[in-house]
Amino acid sequence: MNTPTSYRAWLLTDAPTSRNHARLSSFYKGWLSFRSNPMAMFGLGILIALLLIALFAPILAPHDWQAQDLSNRLQPLGTPGHILGTDSLGRDILSRLIEGTQITLYIVTLVALIAPVAGLLVGTVAGYAGGWVDVVLMRITDIFLAFPRLVLALAFVAALGAGIENAVLAISLTAWPPYARIARAETLTIRSSDYIAAIRLQGAGPFRIIIKHIWPLCISSLIVRVTLDMAGIILAAAGLGFLGLGAQPPSPEWGAMISEGRRFILDHWWVATMPGLAIFTVSLAFNLLGDGLRDVLDPKDGDSQ
Amino acid sequence: MAVTDTNRERRRRAPFAKWVKTTLLTLGSIAVTMLGLVFVTFIIGRVMPIDPVLSIVGERASQSTYDAVYLQLGLDKPLIVQFWYYLWDVIQGDFGMSLRTARPVSDDIARVFPATLELATIGVFIGIFLGVPLGVIAAVRRGSWIDQIARVVALVGYSMPIFWLGLMGLLLFYGILGWVSGPGRLGIFYEDIVPTRTGMILIDSAIAGEWAVFRNAFSHIILPASLLGYYSLAYISRMTRSFMLEQLSAEYITTARVKGMSESAVIWRHAFKNIRVQLITVIALSYANLLEGSVLTEIIFSWPGIGSYITTSLLSADMNAVLGGTVVVGLIFILLNIFSDLLYRFFDPRSK
Amino acid sequence: MKTLNTLMKGAALGLALGLMAAPATFAETPSNMLVIAHRIDDLTSMDPAESFEIQGSDASRNMYMKLVNLDPTNLDGGYVAELAESWTVSEDGRTITFTIRDDINFHSGNPVRAEDAEFSLRRAILLDKTPAFILKQFGFTPENVEQTIVADGNTLSITTDKRYATSFVLNCLTATIGGIVDKELVMANEVDGDMGNTWLRTNSAGSGAYRLVSWKPDESLTLQSNPDFHLGAPAMERVIVRHVIESASQRLLLERGDIDVARNLNPEDVAGASNADNVVIHDELRGRLMYAALNQKHPELSKPQVRQAFKYLIDYEGMQNSFLKGQYTTHQNFLPKTYLGAVDENPFSLDIEKAKALLAEAGVDGMELELGVREAQERIEIAQSLQNTAAQVGIKINITVGTSKQILARYRARELDIYVGAWGPDYPDPHTNAGTFAYNPDNSDEANATGLLAWRNGWDTGGLTEMVDAAVVENDRETRAQMYRDIQAQFRETSPFIVMFQLTEQIGRQENVQGLSLGGPITNAAYWNVTK
Repeated sequence: MNTPTSYRAWLLTDAPTSRNHARLSSFYKGWLSFRSNPMAMFGLGILIALLLIALFAPILAPHDWQAQDLSNRLQPLGTPGHILGTDSLGRDILSRLIEGTQITLYIVTLVALIAPVAGLLVGTVAGYAGGWVDVVLMRITDIFLAFPRLVLALAFVAALGAGIENAVLAISLTAWPPYARIARAETLTIRSSDYIAAIRLQGAGPFRIIIKHIWPLCISSLIVRVTLDMAGIILAAAGLGFLGLGAQPPSPEWGAMISEGRRFILDHWWVATMPGLAIFTVSLAFNLLGDGLRDVLDPKDGDSQ
Repeated sequence: MAVTDTNRERRRRAPFAKWVKTTLLTLGSIAVTMLGLVFVTFIIGRVMPIDPVLSIVGERASQSTYDAVYLQLGLDKPLIVQFWYYLWDVIQGDFGMSLRTARPVSDDIARVFPATLELATIGVFIGIFLGVPLGVIAAVRRGSWIDQIARVVALVGYSMPIFWLGLMGLLLFYGILGWVSGPGRLGIFYEDIVPTRTGMILIDSAIAGEWAVFRNAFSHIILPASLLGYYSLAYISRMTRSFMLEQLSAEYITTARVKGMSESAVIWRHAFKNIRVQLITVIALSYANLLEGSVLTEIIFSWPGIGSYITTSLLSADMNAVLGGTVVVGLIFILLNIFSDLLYRFFDPRSK
Repeated sequence: MKTLNTLMKGAALGLALGLMAAPATFAETPSNMLVIAHRIDDLTSMDPAESFEIQGSDASRNMYMKLVNLDPTNLDGGYVAELAESWTVSEDGRTITFTIRDDINFHSGNPVRAEDAEFSLRRAILLDKTPAFILKQFGFTPENVEQTIVADGNTLSITTDKRYATSFVLNCLTATIGGIVDKELVMANEVDGDMGNTWLRTNSAGSGAYRLVSWKPDESLTLQSNPDFHLGAPAMERVIVRHVIESASQRLLLERGDIDVARNLNPEDVAGASNADNVVIHDELRGRLMYAALNQKHPELSKPQVRQAFKYLIDYEGMQNSFLKGQYTTHQNFLPKTYLGAVDENPFSLDIEKAKALLAEAGVDGMELELGVREAQERIEIAQSLQNTAAQVGIKINITVGTSKQILARYRARELDIYVGAWGPDYPDPHTNAGTFAYNPDNSDEANATGLLAWRNGWDTGGLTEMVDAAVVENDRETRAQMYRDIQAQFRETSPFIVMFQLTEQIGRQENVQGLSLGGPITNAAYWNVTK
């Protein structure tokens, strides 16, 4: 009973002994299927590496990320001591990229917490309540959907002032409507199921039903969607940074770094390219992960297995 | 007898009544959405800490100049009154004067929108003509090297910062290789040769038969359009592949194969035919995104489109211009959605 | 890059020729056309009574003649007669009477009369747009213009409220707002009593070397030469200013011969472009100053030692030799070089120890400040450099970057602790800067003198206001110059302004473009002497 194989057998059982057992078992099966997808594992690997880099940023960075040295600026790739060169103020690009992982993770985490939750809330309430609540909420969703996204984000940041927190809010503001639509569609199919009818007969109130029974069923499709959207979120934050409305200097946000470096793109191309590659790598990782998760959690899409 | 008559009449009238009702509902929902759009934009414009007066009078104006402009803009009136005035003008098609460009916003939009339309249309065509076949082939040859390449192409498209790719593309294809023309819509030698009819230079020059202008305009547009096209390709090919896989695993496909139908007939006449509807939605969405104007692409390529127009106006607190631009973009988004819904109904046998 | 360039070109040649013949065929601009790349998104009006940004003023200088003007071939010579052939000053020094030339016509064919000059100056006061303050400082008001600005036959008299240095008045008339417009044409286009303002914002009605063909916002500005220009028809029949935002894009266009002049090249692209065979870099000293200002409403920043300490916290040398290289040089006085009374004394340099000592003397032990700067890359870098040096003495600076309008609004509301920005003179007289840096008659919040930099920073000028008042009415040139030198000597030591750099504009031009003047420190660009 204590050997690893029997754990495995326990997890892979067809006859779960408890609810938690069933949950763990299905989670494990999903993991096995996910693990067999090398691309998705590669993506996961990159993200774990990113997490570790962010955690140990101060130890990993070869230099102080804010230390300026005007006499040593725009050094090329492979300069001794500055493997990825230096920027316009003579700061070490590698150290700034490493420090920047924290900001990227911060943005991604916050948006991933705010936008889907807001969308979930609006979508499930609209779908479950129906009637005029549905009409009003969906109209609002449509309005935000019809807005040019970058303009909405820009306006929001311009109104509240530039900065990472406001950039996160602005991006969330533009990102929630699609989630609301997905959640509503899922809710509509779930609402009329016998399962919900049975719970309602047991006397559960609407909020309890939505939170305890409808949300869990919507979450898997949302997770997939969020992961696939992550790349877009990082790029949107970088876009705001590019326009000077994201992170404030001297913060090493990657988009702002590209923006700073784009002045030198013809002669000192690496200054903009290194953060560009960093953004690309992380976006790619999220996309690979999302593809893999979709196969596991949302097989009805029938995409690559 | 009488009862049967009424019933018959009702039956005859029913589809018509239903049609009227659907139309009215659709129009009503457009109207409500548009109203909401105008309202939200208006509020954003008014709560912005960018001072519209300051953007007119500039840094060195005296207080009296400032006050005069403040009154002239009607900023002393309550918000709701200002909104009502604005709404009334918009309904009459008047978006007011742009503070920044010193001309009516409607004129500005008539100038900048065709630039974006031209770019987005070519972009989405590139996306369709390369993305759809790529998606279909990837689905048919699932797991093959071509599927892997298609996947990489799409993922790179999803993950690449557009401004970086744009700058690099400009450097390579214009700066180093010289294959295409640089930033802007037209070389200065070709400016003001063809009369403006549609505002889309490719079409205007074709109408006028000025092929030298056409070639020059084409060499300017091809790089930014390819860039946008690539992003749209990434999305379209991925979705096409996904839809096709779903169809190919369906029973009727197996049946068709068993009946001895050729593989290409199975793919194109059956499977592909059935994903047309979903594809239209995807393409419409992709087109709508491009029409919003890719601000960053427009900045890098000095392309005077609606995206950079709205952004520049927003940053200089030119709220009439922002409102006008947003309303137009929003309207297009909504219309494209309705258009794809209509096509959906037209093509999809189930919804008839 | 160079070898790669050649290699790639060779390999690509066949394809390029085959694919698009168009760009390859026309590698240079026509000989009678000048094509300039410049950011023109700030441009909001072409009306000389309203226009106030560099791009509008550049175009205006080429479209409108003035009573007196500055000669691009001899900018040091100061103002010279243009539409006025001569002028006399009355006994009490308050009235200047100009005799108007009778041989000049507007582009419309209408003759230029004293009546047009009267109309143009009155119009500037009546419209009361932003630059109106340049003329209003002489006491002209909408109520009194009928008495103070009067045409009589072929003469025009202007009467100021008190005696000013004549050079001061005439210098102000060389500003954009002094442009003389065609009264008949403008009034024919009047709408709702706007004195033709709406029309003139997008059209021209002058007598200068060029007329406006079109202004497409965020796209281009096209001027057509005036064959009857009084100095002879300009060689460049067309001048096109194209809106190109990115420095890199401008450089690519220049190197490939698609434009003649690139006006917004950053130091790195200047260095890069100067290696191209066809490109020459043109340096011209301009009047724009880069400065930092300390808000005197802040209890610590208002201490004299703290103000002094900040002057030792700027890495003038380091910045000038790195990211500002070639474009900004250290200059620590509010009058730009070449102005009457300008001095070249730059006593401050980066000295952390001295700053520490001064702060200790003031009893300041670490503080946190907000610095506002607009989103222009070199300003952000100056701010970051200051942030870096200030951190070494225990001062934490938080940078807020915003659009120019946002930051400006907060600066004008006296909300920022530190502001980093630029200031350009409005007319070629020392009062243009003295009257804003060192002049603040009422420092109260209620005064709301948002146009004065001293007021914006809550600085009462410690007696400089009276000295500026005295200097502006002094008619002896040398005495007046000495007065400004004295004002600056005191200003340098006591003011909360840290004037850091003066701009040298670096543009890239095709080798064959000759005779382009950007206007030096005192005025704007002139295209009529350009040849190719």
